[in-house]
Amino acid sequence: MENLISRYRNVTILAALLFGQVLGLAIQVKRSTENRPTRLIRVWAVDSVTPLERGIVRLQTGASTLWRNYFYLRGVRQENRDLKQKIQQLEIEQARLSEDAEQAHRLQALLGFKEQFISQTVAAQVIGSSGSEQSRSVYIDKGARDGIKPDMAVITADGIVGKVLRVFNRTSQVLLINDQTSGVGALLAKSRLQGVLRGTPSGEVVLEKVMSDETVQPGEAILTSGGDQIFPKGLPVGTVISSSPGQDLFLNIRVKPATSLSRLDEVLVVTQQEEREPAVADGVRLRAADILAQRLPSVPEKSPGELNKIPPPTSGLKILPAPGAVASAQTAGPASQKPSGSTAQAQSPTAKPAGTGPADKKPANVTASKPGLGATQPATLSKPVVKVPVTLAPEQKPQLEPAVKPPAPAPDQPTAPPPDQPQ
Amino acid sequence: MPITYTSNEQVEVYRFSVPAAILIPLVAVFLQAFVPLKLHFFSVFDLPLLVVIFFALARRSQVSGMLTGAAIGILQDALTPSLPIGVYGIVNTVVGYAASSLGVKLDVENAGSRFLVTIFFYVIHEIIYFSIARGLVGLTLHWSWVHELGSAFANAVLAVLLFAVLDRFKQRT
Repeated sequence: MENLISRYRNVTILAALLFGQVLGLAIQVKRSTENRPTRLIRVWAVDSVTPLERGIVRLQTGASTLWRNYFYLRGVRQENRDLKQKIQQLEIEQARLSEDAEQAHRLQALLGFKEQFISQTVAAQVIGSSGSEQSRSVYIDKGARDGIKPDMAVITADGIVGKVLRVFNRTSQVLLINDQTSGVGALLAKSRLQGVLRGTPSGEVVLEKVMSDETVQPGEAILTSGGDQIFPKGLPVGTVISSSPGQDLFLNIRVKPATSLSRLDEVLVVTQQEEREPAVADGVRLRAADILAQRLPSVPEKSPGELNKIPPPTSGLKILPAPGAVASAQTAGPASQKPSGSTAQAQSPTAKPAGTGPADKKPANVTASKPGLGATQPATLSKPVVKVPVTLAPEQKPQLEPAVKPPAPAPDQPTAPPPDQPQ
Repeated sequence: MPITYTSNEQVEVYRFSVPAAILIPLVAVFLQAFVPLKLHFFSVFDLPLLVVIFFALARRSQVSGMLTGAAIGILQDALTPSLPIGVYGIVNTVVGYAASSLGVKLDVENAGSRFLVTIFFYVIHEIIYFSIARGLVGLTLHWSWVHELGSAFANAVLAVLLFAVLDRFKQRT
C-alpha cells in the first residue's frame, strides 16, 4: 500500500487537492443562501490587489485632471457658450416640469402616498473588476470606513449600476446589473408593467416576468420599481431593445442599460434613503395670493427711525394679530420677522402659520392701509382687477379694527380704494 | 517549429526566484482585474491561466504545477464575487498538473509548441470550468465553440509573447 501511494504520489496529491476543493465548493454552495460574513481569503485577496489598483487609478486621475484643467483648454469658450445655451433651455424645461411635479406631489399627498428619495450618497471611483467574463462585478475605492454597507444601491447620473455585494475596509465589491446572479425590480415607464431585470451569461440585460400577452415597444424606457428594497423607485434602468415571446408565457425583453456598464468610472453609492410624505407647497391657493401680491405696488422697507417719524394714521384700519400670531411670529424664521407692513400676507386667508412654508418667504408688497383685503368675499381692486376667492380660517383671521370708522361701507364689506388714494 | 518527443534526460528543468514566483502571479491577477476596466476586450484573455501554464511547463514538476495552479486559481476565485471559492482553483489545479506532465514529455521551448499547447489547455480549462460551474455551482452558462476557439487563439498569441518575456525570469537548476 505504501509503495502504491509513493508510486502514484503525484496523482494522490492531485486527487487530494481536487477533493478538498470540491468539498469546499459543495459546502459554500449549500450555504450560499445564508447571509454569511465575507471569507478571510477574499479579504486577503482584495487587500493584496486593490491598493495597487487604487494607486494607479489615482495617479491616472491626477494626471488626467492636470492635463484637462491646466493644459488642454482648447474649445472651452465654445463649450461654455454651448453650456450656457443649454442651461437656458433646461431652465425653460424645468419651469414646465416643476408645475407637473408640484401637481403630482399634491396628488400624492392627497392620496397619502409616501415617496422615497435619496438623501445621502457617497461618490466612489471604480478601481478594478473581477477579471472574469462570467462574473460581472467591479471594485470601488470606498468601503466600510466610508459608511458603505452590503446591499446599498450603486448608481450614476445616467441610471442604476448595481448593488454593493461585499464590503471591505477601504474597498467594496459591486455586483453589476448584467451579472446573471443579479436581480432588480423594474417597470416599464409607459405601460407600468412590472418585471424583474436580470443579467445573462453573455452579459446582456433582460426584463423577465412580463406576460406575453402584453405589448412592449422597443425604445420604451424602464425604471426601477422599488420593489427590491434596494433601488429607490423611478431611477432610470435602460430602454427596451427588442421584445419577443419567450418561455413559460413570459416575454423575452432585451434591455439596453442606461449606464454604460463596461465603461464605469465614477459612481454614487446610495448610503441613505428616506421615505416621507410629499411636501406640498400650498400651490393653488397661495399662487393666487402671490399673483395678487406681485401685482400690487410695494412699499419700500423703512428703518425703525423712519417709521417713528411717520405721523399716526388718521384713517384706515389698524391690524390686530390673530391669537397666537405673535407667538408664531417670534418663533418663526427670518422670513416672518421681516418688516412687511402687509395685510395681504398677514391677512391672507390661506397663509400658513408663520415660518412653516414657502409662503412665509414671499415678499410682502401690500400696504397696511388697504381696506377690504382679507374679507370673506372676493376682493375687487381698482388696479389691476384681480378676483381672488379667499377664505379665512377662523383662527387665522386678523381682527380688523378701524381706527376711525369710515362712514361707508361697513368694515366687513370689501371695497376698492378710492382712485386717488396713494397706494 | 517541431514539437519533438524528448527523453527526461534531455528536458531542462527551471526554477524561479521567490519574488518572481510570488509577484508574477500577483501581477497577472492584478492586470486581469484592472486592465478590462480600461480596455474592455482584454477580458477575453486569461492571464492567470497563462501564468499557470508557463510555470508548469518550465518547472516540469507535477506537484509544483498543481500547487501553483491551485494557489492562482483560488486567488482568482477570491476576486470573483459571484462564484464560490474553488471553481478556478479546481480548473487551474488540473491544468497545472496536465501542463507539467506534458512539459516532461514535449519540447515546449519554441513558439509553435507554446502556441498549440496554450490553445489545447485553454479549451480544456473552459470545458472543466463550464462543467463545474453548471454541474456543481448551478450557473447557467452557454457554450459557444466559436467564442471559445477565438478566445483560445487570442490567448495563444498572447502566450507566445508573454512566455518570451517570462523566460527572462527562469533560472537553471
